Amino acid sequence: MAMLSFEKKYRVRGGTLIGGDLFDFWLGPFFVGFFGVTTFFFSVLGTALILYGAAMGPTWNLWQISIAPPDLSYGLKMAPMLKGGLWQWITVCALGAFVSWAMREVEICRKLGMGYHVPIAYSFAIFAYFTLEVIRPVLMGAWGHAFPYGIYSHLDWVSNVGYQYLHFHYNPAHMLAVTFFFTTTFALSLHGALVLSATNPKSGEVVKTPEHEDTFFRDIVGYSIGTLGIHRLGLFLALAAVFFSALCIVISGPFWSRGWPEWWGWWLNMPIWR
Amino acid sequence: MAQYQNLFTAVQVAGPISEGIPLPKGNDPRIIKPFFLHLAGRLGNAQIGPLYLGTLGVASLIFGILSFNIIGMNMLASVHFNPIQFVRQLFWLALEPPAPVYGLHLPPLNQGGWWMISGLFLTISILLWWARTYRRARQLGLGTHVPWAFTGAIWLFLVLGFFRPLLMGCWCEAVPFGIFPHLDWTAAFSLRYGNLFYNPFHALSIVFLYGSVLLFAMHGATILAVGRYGGEREIEQIVDRGTASERAALFWRWTMGFNATMESIHRWAWWFAVLCPLVGGIGILLTGTVVDNWYLWAVKHHVAPPYPVVFPPVIDPATLPGVKP
Repeated sequence: MAMLSFEKKYRVRGGTLIGGDLFDFWLGPFFVGFFGVTTFFFSVLGTALILYGAAMGPTWNLWQISIAPPDLSYGLKMAPMLKGGLWQWITVCALGAFVSWAMREVEICRKLGMGYHVPIAYSFAIFAYFTLEVIRPVLMGAWGHAFPYGIYSHLDWVSNVGYQYLHFHYNPAHMLAVTFFFTTTFALSLHGALVLSATNPKSGEVVKTPEHEDTFFRDIVGYSIGTLGIHRLGLFLALAAVFFSALCIVISGPFWSRGWPEWWGWWLNMPIWR
Repeated sequence: MAQYQNLFTAVQVAGPISEGIPLPKGNDPRIIKPFFLHLAGRLGNAQIGPLYLGTLGVASLIFGILSFNIIGMNMLASVHFNPIQFVRQLFWLALEPPAPVYGLHLPPLNQGGWWMISGLFLTISILLWWARTYRRARQLGLGTHVPWAFTGAIWLFLVLGFFRPLLMGCWCEAVPFGIFPHLDWTAAFSLRYGNLFYNPFHALSIVFLYGSVLLFAMHGATILAVGRYGGEREIEQIVDRGTASERAALFWRWTMGFNATMESIHRWAWWFAVLCPLVGGIGILLTGTVVDNWYLWAVKHHVAPPYPVVFPPVIDPATLPGVKP
């Protein structure tokens, strides 16, 4: 079966939020639960709608399949199925599936006696998606401002929306988000490498200790954040990257509708320079 | 919910200062007397220092500081040594590479010469820092995973400022020093070569960038969530699996049907983080040297749809009657 050697003793009942014992079982390696059922429902329905949209669309080329949101003329109204209605229902399904997945993680946390850090971290990603597809379009007054579901069409959307604000790199929240993205990746490489270097020393040597890890970083830069601290730092950096990404797009349009390079005028024109 | 969530250290224990693993023979003594900083102790270790400087560290710092100061002095000169304008315009100021006319030749100092010198010094500083990380790892008996991860970043740095300009036959192709100027370079680069979003290596690089952030969020959150079982003692959990590892693994197995181990998650981490600059560098190196327009490349390979034809066809003047061959 799909059970690990130590798994049996962890498969206990309880910890569910909804449904009591009704859905409290596993399917292969997967825990099901009430939210497993809703995740399955929303993801199957959403995928089916995408496939239907693809079938009605001009191409089966995987790169070019795209389900676009309604035209701007529909505003925030419901659109006919093949004119953006599909996109609206797929978005509902996606949010349903994402939230169900998060709640299922909560149930698994409760079962295993763990903190809720993973579902809370995941909710930041859901929040970013919600910002792009719901909050910003609602603030701008039309679903047409959301991005389409397609591999290259969503990249075209990013490119086009970026150039609508002339040069998106000048968006201060975007600058922070990119900085957090790069810093997180940098920190991840250092953390992964440090643990691997301690557990995989030169052949013939014994495995090293956290004291060696601390000493290495103190020798190099004068500070080692430590085994617990690096996981706090990594989580904070990653969530900051997601948060500022959501912020940088929601202020583009609702808050600032001109080129982002212009926004910096306030700095150049401060009275202290005179 | 007024529970301890392991996000900050609530009670700090002030133990004796750690001087670190004893250094092997032939090493210099460490510098900076270690001390405790309460604020640092809220998030991670409270101890600051000691530091191993060594010959490589000193040499790397000298070249790094020289490079930094050359850039700063050139920026200061560009605002006629006016310190107020220097602060006001700092984000806009640049030290630009040589103009196209100089190709791969040496330009005068104020027309890209300083850019070349500071670039050379920065490269020397980085390579010395690489050697330092390698030597420190070996002197402590550790594996050399940190320096080899570092080579990923150095590869991208050298592609942008050295390898690609060399292949293009012009130092003018390199990136300027400066906050907004290097962002301008990035945007102009993308536009010049038909939108970098259509470059598959750029796409892969972003996948690994986002993937790294996703992995660190997943890994950091998992370890904090099993903190009450000693999850952060990763080395111990790797060589002698405890309940923290088991719960962490089962969490992901039950969630998505698959789990890493306490050691393999750090291999996932290493490769995702390293592949980001690695494939990104490949994408940059191919741009302009092998591929001139990534959009047309994508159309040719049926990745992107062609634009609809909106203009009537243009007649080649050479085919008109009366034109001599």
